[in-house]
Amino acid sequence: MSNDHDTPQITKTFHQEKFPWQGIFGYILSLVLTAFSLWFGLAHAAQYGVILYVIMGLAIMQIFVQMFMFMHVTETDEGFPWQSLGLVSGLVFVAAIVIMSIWIMTFGAGVS
Amino acid sequence: MPPSHLSHWGLLITGDPLIYGADASIALASIAIVYVLTKYKKWKWLWDEWLTTVDHKKIGIMYLIAAILMLFRAGTDAELMRTQLALPNLHFLGPEHYDQIFTTHGTVMLLFMAMPFIFALMNIAVPLQIGARDVAFPYLNAISFWLFFFAAMLINISFVIGGSPDAGWTSYAPLAGSTFDPGPGENFYLMSLEITGIGSIGTGINFLATILKMRAPGMSLMKMPLFSWSIVATSILILYAFPALTVVLALLLIDRVAGAHFFTITAGGNPMMYINMFWIWGHPEVYILILPAFGVFSEIVSTFSRKTIFGYKSMVFSLLLISLISYFVWAHHFFTMGADASVNSFFAIASMLVGIPTGVKIFNWLFTMFRGRIRMKMPMLWTIAFIPCFTMGGMTGVMLAAAPADYQYHNSYFLIAHFHQVLIGGTLFGMLAAMYYWWPKVFGFLLDERWAKWAFWMFNIGFYVCFEPQYVLGLMGMQRRMYTYPSGLGWTDLNFISTIGAFIMGLGFIFLVWDIIYSIRHGERDLTGDPWDGRTLEWSLPSPAPHYNFAVIPHVTQLDQWWELKQQGRQDELRPKASDIRPIHMPKNSGKPFLFGLAFFVVGVGFVFEWYAVAVIGFLGVGALLLARSFEAHPDYHIPVDEVVHTETALGRL
Amino acid sequence: MATVIEHAHGHPAHEGEHYVPLEYKEKDDSLKVFGFWLFLTQDMVLFACLFATFVVLRTHTGNGPDSESLFDVKGFIEETFILLTSSFTGGISTFYMRKKRAIGTVVWLLITAALGAAFVSLEITEFLHYISIGATMQTSAFLSAFFTLVGTHGAHVSVGIIWMLSIVIQILRRGITPALSRKVFIVNLYWHFLDVVWVFIFTVVYMMGVIH
Repeated sequence: MSNDHDTPQITKTFHQEKFPWQGIFGYILSLVLTAFSLWFGLAHAAQYGVILYVIMGLAIMQIFVQMFMFMHVTETDEGFPWQSLGLVSGLVFVAAIVIMSIWIMTFGAGVS
Repeated sequence: MPPSHLSHWGLLITGDPLIYGADASIALASIAIVYVLTKYKKWKWLWDEWLTTVDHKKIGIMYLIAAILMLFRAGTDAELMRTQLALPNLHFLGPEHYDQIFTTHGTVMLLFMAMPFIFALMNIAVPLQIGARDVAFPYLNAISFWLFFFAAMLINISFVIGGSPDAGWTSYAPLAGSTFDPGPGENFYLMSLEITGIGSIGTGINFLATILKMRAPGMSLMKMPLFSWSIVATSILILYAFPALTVVLALLLIDRVAGAHFFTITAGGNPMMYINMFWIWGHPEVYILILPAFGVFSEIVSTFSRKTIFGYKSMVFSLLLISLISYFVWAHHFFTMGADASVNSFFAIASMLVGIPTGVKIFNWLFTMFRGRIRMKMPMLWTIAFIPCFTMGGMTGVMLAAAPADYQYHNSYFLIAHFHQVLIGGTLFGMLAAMYYWWPKVFGFLLDERWAKWAFWMFNIGFYVCFEPQYVLGLMGMQRRMYTYPSGLGWTDLNFISTIGAFIMGLGFIFLVWDIIYSIRHGERDLTGDPWDGRTLEWSLPSPAPHYNFAVIPHVTQLDQWWELKQQGRQDELRPKASDIRPIHMPKNSGKPFLFGLAFFVVGVGFVFEWYAVAVIGFLGVGALLLARSFEAHPDYHIPVDEVVHTETALGRL
Repeated sequence: MATVIEHAHGHPAHEGEHYVPLEYKEKDDSLKVFGFWLFLTQDMVLFACLFATFVVLRTHTGNGPDSESLFDVKGFIEETFILLTSSFTGGISTFYMRKKRAIGTVVWLLITAALGAAFVSLEITEFLHYISIGATMQTSAFLSAFFTLVGTHGAHVSVGIIWMLSIVIQILRRGITPALSRKVFIVNLYWHFLDVVWVFIFTVVYMMGVIH
């Protein structure tokens, strides 16, 4: 395994902090994103359609905050961090399930 | 629902000689098993060697036995159906009974025959092929098996206790909802699939982690045998598809037992959402069933043509492409729902695209055979039988994928013929080829070729006689799931021929089982560990392999390592040297996975009969077992060097 | 697992030069971390199916109330901030675990579990309120989907709380061992994942439910 020549070698992915700056930064970021979503939605700052895209966009940003600030998604002891590929492809399938289900179940009307 | 001729005595089903027959055979089989185990004092052996094992090879054997038993069970269903349909207006089976039988036939064949057969091969071959000592999570592997096992028990007792499910293997709402289908029968379907589905997800996680993280040093992904690659693709699909099954079954169960309105036709429920989500799982599922067969054929074609596989990289790429595209075709199962042209066009085109990477594979197998020194052993025979059969099934599949034409074929016998042609001609032929191929590795003896050929020819001739007429019947208007038909439609002859074919296939199955029984005593012993002059690492080990597989983990430098070393006369490099042997770290056996399955069985029974106290007890059992495992301090041990040296010496390898 | 000793070529994979956290020191533990990531990907698909069902059925209110008349904005804001905070405190427990400081790890895990319990109790109160005004799972397709999606998340959180407590007990007994540091890491992965799922429940169920 550890002599895996075809896959990129990613070592030294771990770094140690003296103080949990990364976590605090992530926490603040998640609070800000949530607060912005709340304000933007509840104040009806834009048209319904625009609000939907903006608050969904903010939610998607929160995925990355959690993954990078708390879940250490790129860490690996040897070889390629396969879990990051798994998560990305998982997100593709998640989007496929949700978007295409809406598309199919509205008989195409949701898109056209 | 038509009036029933089946009745109940308490929970037991009464009023049908077939069911009394089943009662009697279940009782007799149980008594026989208990008698034999007690008489030969084998209870402790059963518990120590099998029920508590975490060894992938033994788990593979248990999956294999279960798959063959379930093939018999669901095959019997098929023979009953074909008997009922042999002639018009027969009353061999009543309508309700017929409904139950086609439901259990499909459900058991797919989830309790094909899936465990595939899991058997994964367990038997993958760790040996990649040079690992076990799977990544042996304990989880055992849990997966026992979840499957108890789920299979659950659906099989439904026939005599409580009543079988009868809404088809797809169990569409609202037919399968509590309004139209009261009683526990449908709950058996939901709970048993739910439980085995959880086990399957465990297996997917396990093999993906095993293959990505535990290959022998030097075996980069592009030097990995194609069967292992096919299991990567399969495991990815399991991971992304099975949760949809878990959810859709849970929602239907909530509808049935808690009166919710997901898929009802009142209070805003939408039955089409059931169908949509069922096929989000269901379509990737058929690729979960076929991709391992593709992997098997790649191994066999290469081995028995004595050539490196043609187009290795395109084989890998097409596997991954098939698994990706297969996730975007699910709506072709319900073109007739009437979604607009954009939806149907998208899914029709995506479905046809699957034909391209599949065609690449077919041609690569043919090119591998081209100018090869082909040996017509049983695995190769089944492979050669697969190619025309599956190609025909694939072509009728493309016909079905044409959305406008599908309005004609939908739910007709044309469809029935199509999916039997790909599932039998693809998956089952592949599994049987693999069974003959790896049998000596697992059991240490070969299956007798003479009887195997009888099984092969009976099964193949029977297959075409049975299913080709069904394409025509479909075009003549015969719909699936009809329990009988009137005379005078011109269907009689073709149905009769089809029934004859089904019985020839049944004969083939009998020969197959007889071959196994015969070979246990008379089969050629495999003393070399390499009966087929194989190419991959598993053939460098003795048959059967010692429980730690590799005394010393091999270093890999190329594809088909074992074959290349043999060509250069360097095969001794894969023999262990005493000085290299270190203590081997192995997981301990555990009784908890078995109990875990049992606890889920209790949960299942609780929900089936809506005895919630029982379900709660089951869940408490599950929770207790999880905690007990978490608090366990040392779930593993080391095999000392002496013992490894002793074992290897006894095997003549040191 | 079977491979620990040989796969690491007879010595622990990482010695000396680079910093490697305890949960990655043994092959067995790093494999389990990876396996858990795979579990999370399938759990993600499971929630995707529940979300798809909810989105398709969210306007199918039958004779029952719609989301706008049902949801209490203050309630779901509280739930959201509690869970976001617990994700942060969970992250801090991982930080202390990597410093091999048992007490810090235990304290922050307990804070996380307590916040989780507060979240669950708020959610139960919310559910009981809906039921008391006749908005139950049996009322409409929308409510069936709502209770199932939000309830599945709540059940996950509840399991997480019990899991954390069992790990706390184990740390108090054995200290920070490689196996336990792996468990702390994994339970926190699970917890952060549930936080992400909640962010989507917050957005898709609650926010889209009250905006018109």
